[in-house]
Amino acid sequence: MSNNFRTTKSTGLINKDKKINFTFNGTIYHGYEGDTLASALIANGVHLVGRSFKYHRPRGFLGVGVEEPNAMVQLHDGNKSEPNIIATEVELVEGLKAKSQNCWPSVQFDIGEINNVLNRFFPAGFYYKTFMWPKSFWMKIYEPFIRKAAGMGKAPLLPDPDRYEHNYEHCDVLVVGSGPSGLASALAAAKNGARVILAEDKPNFGGSLLTDEVTIGNMSGKEWASDTISQLKSMPNVILKKRSQVFGYYDHNMTVMIERVSDHIENPSKYTPRQRLHYIRAGEVIVSTGSIERPISFGNNDRPGIVLASAAKEYMKVYETLVGKKPIIFTNNDTAYSTALEFIKNDIEPIIVDTRDSSNGELVKEVQQKGISIKFNSGIADTKGHLKINSAIIGKLDSSKESFISEETVECDCICMSGGWTPTVHLSSQAGNKLKFNDDIDAFVPDKKRQKETAIGAANGSFTLNQSLAEGFQVGFDLSNKFTDQNNPTNSPNSNEPSYEKHEKLWCMPLPSGKKPKRFIDFQNDVAVSDVELAIREGFRSIEHVKRYTTLGMAGDQGKTSNLNGLQYVSKIEKKIVPEVGHTTFRPPYTPVTIGAIVGREVGNHYLPTRKSPIHTWHEENNAVFVAAGLWQRPRYYPRGSEDMNSAVNREAANVRKNVGICDVTTLGKIDIKGPDAPEFLNRVYTNAWLKLPVGKARYGVMLREDGMVFDDGTTSRLSENHFHMTTTTAQAANVLSHLEYYLQVVWPDLDVNVLSTTEQWSGIAVAGPKSRDLLSKLFPDVDMSNEGLPFMGLVDSSIDGIKARIYRISFSGELAYEVNVESNYGLYIWKKIMEEGQSFDIQPYGTEALSTLRIEMGHVAGAELDGRTIPFDVGLNSMVSQKKDFIGKRSLSKDAFTESDRQTIVGLVPLDKKTKIPEGSHIIEDNSAVAPIPKLGHVSSSCWSVEYNNPFSIAIIKDGKNKIGKNLYAVSPLKDISIPVEVVSSHYVDPEGSRVRS
Amino acid sequence: MLEIKCPYCGKRSQNEFSYGGDATIKRPKLGEEISTEDWDNFVYYRDNPRGKHSELWHHVSGCRQWFKVSRDTATHEIFDTCKMNEDFNV
Repeated sequence: MSNNFRTTKSTGLINKDKKINFTFNGTIYHGYEGDTLASALIANGVHLVGRSFKYHRPRGFLGVGVEEPNAMVQLHDGNKSEPNIIATEVELVEGLKAKSQNCWPSVQFDIGEINNVLNRFFPAGFYYKTFMWPKSFWMKIYEPFIRKAAGMGKAPLLPDPDRYEHNYEHCDVLVVGSGPSGLASALAAAKNGARVILAEDKPNFGGSLLTDEVTIGNMSGKEWASDTISQLKSMPNVILKKRSQVFGYYDHNMTVMIERVSDHIENPSKYTPRQRLHYIRAGEVIVSTGSIERPISFGNNDRPGIVLASAAKEYMKVYETLVGKKPIIFTNNDTAYSTALEFIKNDIEPIIVDTRDSSNGELVKEVQQKGISIKFNSGIADTKGHLKINSAIIGKLDSSKESFISEETVECDCICMSGGWTPTVHLSSQAGNKLKFNDDIDAFVPDKKRQKETAIGAANGSFTLNQSLAEGFQVGFDLSNKFTDQNNPTNSPNSNEPSYEKHEKLWCMPLPSGKKPKRFIDFQNDVAVSDVELAIREGFRSIEHVKRYTTLGMAGDQGKTSNLNGLQYVSKIEKKIVPEVGHTTFRPPYTPVTIGAIVGREVGNHYLPTRKSPIHTWHEENNAVFVAAGLWQRPRYYPRGSEDMNSAVNREAANVRKNVGICDVTTLGKIDIKGPDAPEFLNRVYTNAWLKLPVGKARYGVMLREDGMVFDDGTTSRLSENHFHMTTTTAQAANVLSHLEYYLQVVWPDLDVNVLSTTEQWSGIAVAGPKSRDLLSKLFPDVDMSNEGLPFMGLVDSSIDGIKARIYRISFSGELAYEVNVESNYGLYIWKKIMEEGQSFDIQPYGTEALSTLRIEMGHVAGAELDGRTIPFDVGLNSMVSQKKDFIGKRSLSKDAFTESDRQTIVGLVPLDKKTKIPEGSHIIEDNSAVAPIPKLGHVSSSCWSVEYNNPFSIAIIKDGKNKIGKNLYAVSPLKDISIPVEVVSSHYVDPEGSRVRS
Repeated sequence: MLEIKCPYCGKRSQNEFSYGGDATIKRPKLGEEISTEDWDNFVYYRDNPRGKHSELWHHVSGCRQWFKVSRDTATHEIFDTCKMNEDFNV
């Protein structure tokens, strides 16, 4: 037989002048512009595309669009490789490479097919039954085996090179699906002035109008679709999107749509995104998503060449492709006869098998008039053909339709089956719509809506064209009128289509005599009728349980072709009606979405915004190694020559102790606080007293949460009577502002205070070390820098070169230190100025590591100690807690657990060997020879190399810490498998009296 | 993603806001004697109703105002929003 399965009839949708070469499993084929990978393969006679999930059975195409359960392929290779792509959704593009998945060594000969022979060992729930014991086998034997056996495609190991974008849209009416009802509603809504978005998954608008022989007005359905699209295109209030799938319906009418922007373009320009994710907040959503044809379960109904009748028709009428040349049409309803007629038009005589006793439908009569005989009251019992169907066993049904009376073998190269139609209710269901069962069409349709969502046309169970159009025009007008009030309805044109007789309620054929072939319901998860029977026999009653036990409908296709057949079968065995069995819930996404599209542009450095201080460029020029502090990039240390981090940090820290260092502290949070009640507010927010802070003075403050845990600390200074400048830690800056706003707006709205973040308005430069006073005196000759002129915790305004500067005498390093604040834009200038003047004082910049070293050996607490689990008394901040006034969190501090005498408190640790650095996070224990579980006394919060004493030093928070000073304990790190004998010392390791900062 | 009507700015997407918990909780007065049980009720214990819930939201990426939202915790329906010194209409 020839490998050319093209029809001779032009559909206008395939461009035979543009040949496209592609590769499938290493073989080069060609197709045409307009083809999908599926249609091009079928046109080349290729039906075997993959192996099934569990039994590795040969599988071909079942469908023609999103409903396809079988034809998943791996696309491209290298970093563009993409697994589990549905071949029916891939447009052919020059050079496309695709290969089968879940098979080894090849799709024709797959070792895994042994599972098919052994299928009695793989019944429903086999994972639960088989791999339960021994427990130790799970990780090493069972799991790797299951992973290998249950393989689908392979995820690429390289970063995705493609670009994905996000877009936010708003519209009055979003119409999902461009079949007759969708087009009608979009047209009516747009003509009534509403802002409309019309989304179509396929590359062509029109839905069923592209394949159905109907007339609308004086045009064919296809012409009417194209005419309507050109009308819509010309309207400025309409956005038309094809290749766009609305896959999710979330709260408050937020829908998400994936647009395939450049997958079908041969050489897209560099910055064209591959896909675009649209977040559409729609006023109203019209769900015109149509319906999906149902398969029929019969023996070996999964062989390559067995397709849905509607898919066979679409392959002919859109893609000019024949699924076979010796077709059998197998149906329980009239619609499949249109597929038969299309074959006849292509000079192919189909064999027609109809489960019904008769039908007087127009299409049935038309087929009969062409001289084709129909095998009524018959069904397909079994099929043959290993890699492709070659014959079918057709049986005559008995009157109960529970068994076959006689069987005959008929040669064929394809079976086009139709079990009727399932409305695509996924989006309505996602939106919270409570579905109801419609007995006429034997399917669920949307009923009670929870959001602004309206299903129309086939998605609403309206299967006739007249009904679909009428609903479309009416609903489009009604909904748009909510937004426009233009009151401009569009009338529905007359339409003509064949009349249909009712389908038969039969979706599962009896077994052939003497045999038990598998009759599949869910092709993608390999769930057969026998699995559902087993689940029910084993006592699973709820449909949700049957679903999970058999995995029916749980595959990537979300049971688009299997859910209802599964339900129908359960209801048949259980002798219940379908609505009593109920249905499982549909969840987004309706179709698989690439992770790349969900992530969008938020990859690499775009994952989060980067904040840089105005001095950043200087740090870069001076060899700084940066560290992320929240969103900020801060210099960690400035290595010189071949210095490693430890030596650089020790040098920088030692220079602060000996000479003078300069550190960029711009990242500290800064909040401007103004108002007559500002002192009272601070008095409530901080644990210490604020009412009597003099103007021109700063004070250290600690704030708690209501549960008594330390929330943040920092210095706040009084600039004038009612004006304060608060600083926060870098990490908590945003949270502190929200906290202050909460108390001002929600708890104490009577306080007359305003707060405003000024973090980005100020650049802060710490100048620390014994020589800092001399350096600053030189820089600010007008300011009296003496201990009397600018005492510890004082502040003064001055200027350099006409630039206003505010100088605080505050210290984080424990040395004599100042902080120079200038307007952000002058930060770099002043920094350079200080560096320049500082040369004669041996100034060096220091980064966050040296900053930590300095504060740790001084015993200043920071984020590692203020970790949300410590109260002020735990971390040595007792003197900060006022006994005289109330403040946020104070009541918690008197709770029993918080006043226990042996609470964990802050101490210092020095290793006995004075050499071994104690890893942060180490546990502190008393006896390292004890048998586990060993009582844990606490943990190491911060560690450094003390530059003052030239040995390691750590801060720890340990049980009854104050009474442990002088004792020897162990710091153990099970992760690093080390145990370090340590001596407990005061956390104030250097200058415990704090004389240096006041010198 | 919810769509929340800030009483100052109008309708905005949820990602501009942060959640602030039960709006009916009243902080005890400063300096007031209070039993541990009452204090714990204020700090820790919250009702977790299915259905209508009055809650606080903060327009952090907008006007930075705290305000009240009446929301159904099961369906996410928002019945009303109002400023801190106002009451819900529904």
